[in-house]
Amino acid sequence: MPVPRYKREIPQRYRLEASKCKSCGKVLFPPRLVCPKCGSREFEGVRLSDGGKIVTFTVIRVAPEQFADQTPYVVAVVELGDGVRITAQVVDCRPEEVEIGKPVRLVFRKIQEEGKTGILCYGYKCVLSSLG
Amino acid sequence: MVGIVGYGSYLPRYRIKAEEIAHQWGMDPETIKRGLLLKEKTVPAPDEDTVTIAVEASRNALKRAGIDPGEIGAVYVGSESHPYAVKPSGTIVAEALGITPEVHIADYEFACKAGTEAMWVGYSIVKAGEVKYALSVGADTSQGAPGDALEYSASAGGSAFIFGGEGVVAEVVETYSYTTDTPDFWRREGAFYPRHGGRFTGEPAYFKHILGAGRGIMQKAGLKPADFAYAVFHMPNGKFPLTVGKRLGFLREQLDPGWIVPLMGNTYSGSSPTGLSATFDVSKPGELILLVSFGSGAGSDAFVFRMTERINEVREKAVKVKELLEYSPIYLNYGLYAKFRGKIIMNS
Ligand SMILES: [Zn+2]
Repeated sequence: MPVPRYKREIPQRYRLEASKCKSCGKVLFPPRLVCPKCGSREFEGVRLSDGGKIVTFTVIRVAPEQFADQTPYVVAVVELGDGVRITAQVVDCRPEEVEIGKPVRLVFRKIQEEGKTGILCYGYKCVLSSLG
Repeated sequence: MVGIVGYGSYLPRYRIKAEEIAHQWGMDPETIKRGLLLKEKTVPAPDEDTVTIAVEASRNALKRAGIDPGEIGAVYVGSESHPYAVKPSGTIVAEALGITPEVHIADYEFACKAGTEAMWVGYSIVKAGEVKYALSVGADTSQGAPGDALEYSASAGGSAFIFGGEGVVAEVVETYSYTTDTPDFWRREGAFYPRHGGRFTGEPAYFKHILGAGRGIMQKAGLKPADFAYAVFHMPNGKFPLTVGKRLGFLREQLDPGWIVPLMGNTYSGSSPTGLSATFDVSKPGELILLVSFGSGAGSDAFVFRMTERINEVREKAVKVKELLEYSPIYLNYGLYAKFRGKIIMNS
């Protein structure tokens, strides 16, 4: 990932910062410039909740080269407490533990390494742990 | 009164048992388990490092502190496994927690006592009135060379402490530090695994410095072992902290809540801080707690804490160490462990 893009996306990747439309109330994540629902350009910053549940998921057994050593791994669509849906990897589990409807918690993890000498990219993933 | 206003810990979910490592190297598991008093250790997931552990521990500390992260004026992360050689772990931790940009940040290194160094400095600048709150973290994902005695102990985890002057949970009553040039354990720049002086790591290193710091702080504070409810010493294995506690005059029951090494392993910079966190989890208002770390090289930092009424309000606001230790571990075989820890040579 190019450094400028990584730096720009830190607020959403690290802190789940979203934008809430001031006219219709829709929460957009990642944040956008124009509300797709009402066309408004006025937003306020909100932070998404770090808990949610699994809406659907898939087990990746054949992965892109940079994630090949992680297979099999789970990627899920997660609905957060505030109704926003995100896509995230579910880690620290065996694939057979993952079920639709199970509660998850967002955690801070390393997403990828830019080779042996490039930057380390961090962001959110999910765990099934019910531990606070 | 200046002290800890919030504390929190984090341990990975993965584990490897001592017998799994012993079988790999043709050692007798019972001899190892009896000799080191170690049953298993935590293993970081491939996407975990000192930074991610520090963030999770700090989020738990923030839950207990109940403060606005923006009011934290200093972030100090102590580790011997910072993911970057040049670029402070604290920058990423502070950004993830929403503490930037008005904050002073530094990383600390001193083998296993980098965490208490971060605590020492965090406490001191709050006491000096430079910042309202300081966040101090000890976290590591340490490696022992394959087949070395350290491979049974070197584990991953960490704890975070927020220092402040209002809403104190554990008041700092006294501090003391005891340090000499002692080459008992080291890793040269660019080397992957550390080296150590074998038996030399015991008496002239671990015991001399912890005894020196333990006796020094008790004399300075005018306290004796019987005055303390609990004591926590650095845990390179199961045996050393019990022995040093006994030599200082503490009873086994004073050590038990913080003696978490048989299931956790040695989390290096996170070792005695996580023992302290586990001890806070069971402590009562008014109780005194002694903490003495040890870092090879070598030195010990010592703290005396007095718990306040507020411990009863914050205890349940975040996960406890015992819960982290016991929550549904996933056990790895040696092959997966070697893959997780990057010990397998890949075709790049
Ligand atoms: Zn709208």
